[in-house]
Amino acid sequence: MSEEQRPRRIDCDIHVGVPAMAVLLPYMTDYWREQFVSRGIDNMELASYPPKSPLACRPDWREQGAKPGSSLEAVRSHVFDGLAVDLAICSALYGGQVAMSEYMGAALCSAVNDWVRDEWLEKEPRLRASIMVPAQNPQLAAKEIDRCAEDRRFVQVLLLAANELMLGRSYYWPIYEAAQRHGLPIGIHAGSMYRYPTTPAGWPSHYLQDYASAPQVFSAQLQSLISEGVFGKFPNLTFVLMESGVAWITPYMWRATKTWRGIRGEIPWVTRPPSAEVRERVRLTLQPFDGPDRGEQVERLIEQIGSDDVILFSSDYPHWQFDGADPIPPGFPAGMVDKIAWENPLNTYGRLRESLQ
Amino acid sequence: MTSTTLERTTAPAAVGAGIVDCDIHPSPRQGGASLKPYMPRQWHDHMDQYGDPHNGPYASVYGFPRYMPGTARRDAWPENGGPPGSDLDLMRSQHLDRNNVALGILEPLGFGTTARNVEYGAVMCAAINEWQIDEFVDREPRLRASIVVPQEDSAASVAEINRRGPDRSYAQIELPSLTLEPLGRRRYWPIFEAAASFGLPIGIHVGGPTGARTASGWPSYYNEEHLSLVATMQTHLTSLVLEGVCEHFPDLRFIMIEGGIAWSISLRRRLDRLWRTMGNETPHVRRPPSEYMAESFYFSTQPVEEPETPAALTEIFEQVGWDRVLYASDYPHWDYDDPNYAFRGALPDAQANRVMRDNALGLYRLPHGARAPGEA
Repeated sequence: MSEEQRPRRIDCDIHVGVPAMAVLLPYMTDYWREQFVSRGIDNMELASYPPKSPLACRPDWREQGAKPGSSLEAVRSHVFDGLAVDLAICSALYGGQVAMSEYMGAALCSAVNDWVRDEWLEKEPRLRASIMVPAQNPQLAAKEIDRCAEDRRFVQVLLLAANELMLGRSYYWPIYEAAQRHGLPIGIHAGSMYRYPTTPAGWPSHYLQDYASAPQVFSAQLQSLISEGVFGKFPNLTFVLMESGVAWITPYMWRATKTWRGIRGEIPWVTRPPSAEVRERVRLTLQPFDGPDRGEQVERLIEQIGSDDVILFSSDYPHWQFDGADPIPPGFPAGMVDKIAWENPLNTYGRLRESLQ
Repeated sequence: MTSTTLERTTAPAAVGAGIVDCDIHPSPRQGGASLKPYMPRQWHDHMDQYGDPHNGPYASVYGFPRYMPGTARRDAWPENGGPPGSDLDLMRSQHLDRNNVALGILEPLGFGTTARNVEYGAVMCAAINEWQIDEFVDREPRLRASIVVPQEDSAASVAEINRRGPDRSYAQIELPSLTLEPLGRRRYWPIFEAAASFGLPIGIHVGGPTGARTASGWPSYYNEEHLSLVATMQTHLTSLVLEGVCEHFPDLRFIMIEGGIAWSISLRRRLDRLWRTMGNETPHVRRPPSEYMAESFYFSTQPVEEPETPAALTEIFEQVGWDRVLYASDYPHWDYDDPNYAFRGALPDAQANRVMRDNALGLYRLPHGARAPGEA
């Protein structure tokens, strides 16, 4: 197949791994460098992704002794070559996003953003990145967005799915104001600050259950963003739900729309049904899909979502969501692959188009 | 948007011999005071002075105020002044007679299960259990009671189940969905063991006392809190399968009441996939989660999903399994599903019979010697 014929793909969710705190020290102030060194804080992996858990890295992508996603060579060979990807948006899920101290959180997020720029974006022109922000302090988060946004290779702002408050609350609006001002979508990625039990009925016993419950908090956050009026307040902001599982969205749309019809007087500023907000303002990354594997059922799922603009191609590398060389789930309509892998990402991430000119 | 006008369906017409309603809410006519005759004297003052504190900001109303008084249909307030669901005659005329209900399962809410003081909770549960029989079941042979238990105290719960279990006026054990911990956790297993010993299914009804409604804290609106109840159902289903309850109690049946249905399809795929990659964390789960789900769980219909095309609803029931779906009305609540109007588009006749009646008859135990509705 010639270069022109090859399908073009933008992978909207891959992860680069911070190998250890040591790589971030050069990007910290003297105070924070001393703090991390003298207190012996060597690593701050998220509880949402224990590095040795099977989910954190697909077995054939795991490199002995290395943190998942920490090698540029591995990303080149597994993602760009192995999955035939042309551009990829990477996120480094690490320490700062979940820190108990908002100042430590801000210091770590800044260090991660600078490290991603120097070690990944500078070295691999096919990579773009998410801006990590300390949602614990939305003012500091907005400052970090302003600082990083000058570099047009940062294409979105990243938040975790479970925080200290519901994401629709006005507390977080400075983050949305900054993101909208810079033309950056808000990516909400699976993962938790672990401030509350991982389910509304308490703590389960297993990591497996924590991870299985992710769609619960995504649907709660979507309902919060809608109910608090965020979509109306920030009319140019897109929300990308990353690694949420895709197929939960239709039951959510049915339920939320039915409830809205019954009690919308409680939230009079929400003037159209949740299903309409999803179609226009919400995007979902492809992996994990959690959808059917039969062609006609997948087509029906997409019909029921009611728009082919909503899904964005992603592999979720190096997380173990699928096997083999193709992140496109079995049964996915071949005619839609270009749409989700190329057009939809370009329409979602305004900054990606610049790199094509 | 496609039209959302509800169309009359043929579903109930196909069920000539009566329907089974898995979710009818009875209320004491004078609130807690109606239960005092069933409570030891020493607890009467406790009820008056301290009540049954919820885990919420107000002393006597719910933290997320409902959108209509009593969460109820505005026409369901009896003329005699009691709350909706307190007047058997009105229940008969508005629902049981009008909709040809042959069997209705009572699901009392908010008494006993919500008490942080489990000692008081046990007393309240015992009272509401006796009260259901006196006020409804003894007076109306179409109704069955639920055994309500103070679920956070498993020893007291087991004692209550053992006390009521032999009486076939009780059709199930009822648990709330906002429990302190996911229901598969070991602290609840004695309840399941007692349930299994009497062949009683466990009905898990949305709502209950406790906890932040999401993994990201508390929402602001009833519009959000209402949705969070779906997540409690997803939590318990996941927990009961992955903690090994379904494996350990293979004959026990769980009825997920008022939590929706469609979400179970994508959750089933998600659990199967994660079990394949990380099942070594839960070695006691020997088979794919979907297999346990297909055997151990039932789903009640109300509030029934309303996809934009009516055919999609039939497809949801098909995928969940026609043998897993049970009709429920939620009478007298505001989001009541009238059997004549609830389903957008007609269910096929044979399947309508299963959803509206037959599935439930195979699930709930009936009084000894009683005939199933429609049985010659």
